[in-house]
Amino acid sequence: MKGTKNELDLDPSEFTEGDDCQPEIKSLNELSPEMKEELRRVGLMVEAEQSAGTYLQQDQSVSFCQERSANVEVMPIQAALDKHEWLGREYSWNVVPRDLDQYTEDAAKVEKVQGYFIRSLAGHIEKAPVQTCLYMRGGGSKQVVHNIIIAEEGSEMNIVTGCAAQHGISRALHEGISEFYVKKNAKITFTMIHEWEEGIEVRPRSAIYLEEGAQFINNYVILKPVKAIQSNPIAYLKGDNSRVLFQTMVFGKEKSYIDVGSRAILDGRNTSAEMITRAIATDASTIIARGLITGNGDNAKGHLECRGMILSNDARIDSIPELDASNTEVDITHEAAVGKIAQEEIQYLQARGATEDEATSMIINGFLSFDFSELPPEIAKETQRIIDITMDAS
Amino acid sequence: MIPEAIEATKLKEKQTMLHIENLTVSVGNGGSRKAILKDLNLHISEGEVHVLFGPNGSGKSTLVSAILGLPGYNVERGTIKFKGQDITGMSIDERVNMGIGVVFQYPPAIRGIKLNDIANLALKRKSHEVATETRSLASRLNVDQFLQRDVNLGFSGGEKKRSEVMQIMLQDPDFLLLDEPDSGVDVENVQLLGNELSEFLQREEIPNKRRKAGLIITHLGFMLNYIDTDRAHVMCEGNLLCSGKPKEILDAILENGFDKCVKTCLVNTQEQEVEQS
Repeated sequence: MKGTKNELDLDPSEFTEGDDCQPEIKSLNELSPEMKEELRRVGLMVEAEQSAGTYLQQDQSVSFCQERSANVEVMPIQAALDKHEWLGREYSWNVVPRDLDQYTEDAAKVEKVQGYFIRSLAGHIEKAPVQTCLYMRGGGSKQVVHNIIIAEEGSEMNIVTGCAAQHGISRALHEGISEFYVKKNAKITFTMIHEWEEGIEVRPRSAIYLEEGAQFINNYVILKPVKAIQSNPIAYLKGDNSRVLFQTMVFGKEKSYIDVGSRAILDGRNTSAEMITRAIATDASTIIARGLITGNGDNAKGHLECRGMILSNDARIDSIPELDASNTEVDITHEAAVGKIAQEEIQYLQARGATEDEATSMIINGFLSFDFSELPPEIAKETQRIIDITMDAS
Repeated sequence: MIPEAIEATKLKEKQTMLHIENLTVSVGNGGSRKAILKDLNLHISEGEVHVLFGPNGSGKSTLVSAILGLPGYNVERGTIKFKGQDITGMSIDERVNMGIGVVFQYPPAIRGIKLNDIANLALKRKSHEVATETRSLASRLNVDQFLQRDVNLGFSGGEKKRSEVMQIMLQDPDFLLLDEPDSGVDVENVQLLGNELSEFLQREEIPNKRRKAGLIITHLGFMLNYIDTDRAHVMCEGNLLCSGKPKEILDAILENGFDKCVKTCLVNTQEQEVEQS
């Protein structure tokens, strides 16, 4: 039977707390070659020289954290809460409420919650990416993460975050709370690569708060099998002229149950949201692609686009776009198309000399590609490089 | 011997490119199976370019599809031989690798695959400098600005045809199928494409130096102002009812329409049969 919604409702107390005693390392070079290879696949530059900062968490232990740029702060959340007394008061559990659901409630209860704090300083533009990785090892346990990301006024940063788990790990839960604050005229590009294992349950809860002229660009990629994911970040575009772009690339394999989407609440004037999803479902996978754009502010604009390709009769793609307008001066649209791979396209590539298999793989790879035309060239190049590595490995 | 006869002798020495014998092709399956090509014969030698006229629905594109081996076109009877080898059961790419190329009438748009990706595909089995050749061809055909765009997505009629011709010239087939190369293309583009294709098909060479062969399908005939062809055929209801010199056949069609042309042809053919028997 294909997956149902109820499967996503878990009791977090069934999972033990993750190991918080793993040793800290001084350099990523201390990691085993296998581990380095796994981290590379989720976008981490293991050499770390070209990054603006690195954070690596394994289960419930911070293994490595390093700041390499004067433009950004990168530190474990507990250290940041100690350093900045305003952080707990003004930002923690603010844009994501504690009582949202059983996962947030559970995460709020965990005393020694881990996670990263990343903050780009006002007026500073950091071109090199800040990289983070959340890695799971312990079967039967849960990884509880609380991240707070702040881009101060007029700053820009680019975060690449990879999530991975040890091969063959038994059932485990990842609870990730992420709170993003994008201040006036600031910009965050956030690229997340998920490379979980078949036993992992993933329940991120993310929210983004945007002030005037702020921009948030989110690239999300999942190409490897997972047990179940439920993720639906919400962006509050409070400030005038703020904008969000969510690009999502999903390849559903085996029995993966992937329920992903994004929401944008366009409250400010001239705000805009764009959501682009490419989903391929194969084997017995289920993909639910959600999108919600609420247009409240004058001249708010939104577009939601979902294209799905279904490659197996046991697979399922369910596209659920929602548009909600409460103002005569808004313009929000959506388009969705789900279908099989076009024979005509395969034949066309064969007529140019590709075999049927080569043609199919070209079409799938092409289908799962992001449009980077809006990103700054260096960020686009870096993001494409990471995606290429992930694609090659899967 | 008169010059034409000398030329004819020389042509006979040339290798057979395409040889179609008693070909019957159907589409659809089960009860809805319908024969589109009926007992068709066609012979094209190395160095020859033929043109195929015919009204809409006469089976011209089906013939292209059958030669290319597109699935869904069932060969019921007869054979298609290419360079002496029976290709009837081969896949599309096997035929292409033997030297068949096609300029499609309606090439599909493919999201995420750039024109440049296809250019590289067409060139992948070759040794020469890929990027340089692509660039110079793209510039000649005025498609430079499309190399990094998704192939055929949002291309105009002329842009699609120019992109098709660029791809095929990189692929460099020995036998070229051109399916309605002049439909949906403005006069300027017909001229550009016609001149490029004429050069590609070595029409500027003296006949016995020509090696490339081709079959041009058209119901408008505009392309023929730029590409000199050797022989024309008129297709009607799945068969070639009339063959002859391109100019004469085209004039007859333009003057009298397909119906009359075919009727005249039928009369001629019957007369020939009477003479022969």
